Amino acid sequence: MTTDGSGARSAERPRARAAHAARARGQHARRRIRAQWAAWAFIAPVVAYLVAFYAYPLYRNIDLSVRSYTVASFVTGNAPFAGFANYASVFRNPTFAPALVNTAVFVFVSIAFQFAIGLALAVFFHRKFPLSVFLRALFLIPWLLPLLVSASSWSWMLNSDSGVVNALLHAFGIAPVDWLTSPDWSLASVLIANIWIGIPFNLVIMYSGLQSIPADVFEAAAIDGASGWQRFWRITFPLLRPVSAITLLLGFIYTLKVFDIIWIMTRGGPATSSTTLAIWAYQFGFGSLLPDFSSAAAVGNVLIVIAVIFALVYIRVRRSLEES
Amino acid sequence: MNRRTWWVTGTGVLLTAVMLFPVYWMINVSLTKTSNMRKSPPNLIPVDATFDGYSAVIHQQLPYLGTSLLVGAGTVALTLLLAAPAGFSLAKLRPRGGGVLSFLLLLAQMIPSIVMAMGFYTIYIKLGLLSTAWGLILADSTIAVPFGVLIFTAFMSRIPGELLQAARIDGAGTVRTFLSVVLPVSRNAIVTVSLFAFLWSWSDFLFANTLDNGGSLQPITLGIYAYIGNNNQQWNAIMATAVVASVPATVLLVLAQRYVAAGVTAGAVKD
Repeated sequence: MTTDGSGARSAERPRARAAHAARARGQHARRRIRAQWAAWAFIAPVVAYLVAFYAYPLYRNIDLSVRSYTVASFVTGNAPFAGFANYASVFRNPTFAPALVNTAVFVFVSIAFQFAIGLALAVFFHRKFPLSVFLRALFLIPWLLPLLVSASSWSWMLNSDSGVVNALLHAFGIAPVDWLTSPDWSLASVLIANIWIGIPFNLVIMYSGLQSIPADVFEAAAIDGASGWQRFWRITFPLLRPVSAITLLLGFIYTLKVFDIIWIMTRGGPATSSTTLAIWAYQFGFGSLLPDFSSAAAVGNVLIVIAVIFALVYIRVRRSLEES
Repeated sequence: MNRRTWWVTGTGVLLTAVMLFPVYWMINVSLTKTSNMRKSPPNLIPVDATFDGYSAVIHQQLPYLGTSLLVGAGTVALTLLLAAPAGFSLAKLRPRGGGVLSFLLLLAQMIPSIVMAMGFYTIYIKLGLLSTAWGLILADSTIAVPFGVLIFTAFMSRIPGELLQAARIDGAGTVRTFLSVVLPVSRNAIVTVSLFAFLWSWSDFLFANTLDNGGSLQPITLGIYAYIGNNNQQWNAIMATAVVASVPATVLLVLAQRYVAAGVTAGAVKD
């Protein structure tokens, strides 16, 4: 584009136009700034909230973990700086290894079963039969009940002497199992309850994933003579991969946080047989008459690091799915 | 209807029955007499039913239920107040740094509650907020606010721009547009967020147990917990309280099932 030819002759008009443009731009910029102010005014409460109720507690938690806090520290207000000593003592603690292993087992086994059962049920309910909508709604109940309620119910069902589960086993001639009180079974018991609670979430998400697959894909496959099994592994499952990835990662993050169920059912015991990192942190901070907030905070921060790693993976996966 | 469909429905009913058995068992035990509690094998249906458990609930647990209602309502109000404007801004006003905020909200959801509880405890002990309704409302709202912003943003970004433009041409400012145009059409999002904020606050045990232990103002989850700890014999009362504590979830599920499904999927599926 050339502008030099007419530059001298009609110098006045472009100048006026430029001035007008500048004014317009100024107005535009002012309006943009005003709009930015308005936009920020609307999010300011949440930002202030995040700072006060997320950032500050997190900061307090880190602060706790690098000092030696005792009950007296809350009164006197001073706790000596300890650096990474709390972390070192947590890592050296004989409970650390079992807690880490239990956390991993709890998370992975929960997710595997919740996902597999949830997906199978989603495929089942996708067939649209009489009552399917109603029954699918009922399936949501375990997920909506207060965790404390579910955990109490399972506690009594798994009771060694009077539980209905052992009564059922007895009917089949199987010897009673000390579900909650034997170190071999306590982790399995809390796993059963947690899988039960997580199935609805997986069912609902995988079901909505299935619904987003166009029906003619299945019809075409059926016409081509693919069996139900083939259709699932060759079409449904690959098409569900994005939803599956998100569901699994959300599952990881939620399961890592599970506290209520284990605490109500076993309190992490017997001994450390069902202690996860979340339970261990609670035991340090609130589980005894002599709270050790610094160790609790250190364990909590280890848990955060693990959660954040999964969170970053989640965000990456989500972003790459949004792009594709 | 052919035989094959009946088979499928039958299987569906059976699966649902298996899935809901623990819920049924809770109701069954809540109606069982203490003398039959340790019977072997247990009664599968509540023959010889008793309402002792429920009368215990009425005599001992009403204040707890009241606290839970109060804290739940407060959590809903606070969550809506914070999340709706933020969702509107993120969806429609394009604030600078909005992307960072969304990212931080996503991260905030990943923080284990036990860590939050510890942080709150050390802060509350200084501010004197332990065992207060406000303390619980603030703590419980942290479960719901990031989720609420997420839902409102997703929902409000689907509101057509013309609607907002029309309001602007009519001379409405941003606040007015938000209050009289955006909020009324966002009813579904408001219901979904309120529903989950209430349920989560109602179900909260960890914050209640760490930040509200010992006061007179205790929610229903602590009522059940105290029962479990104190008298291991009175399982009908424990389970009756559990049944009563499950009522809000069940009522909400019946009244607002599609909002529940919407809330569950909102976090995971983009549509």
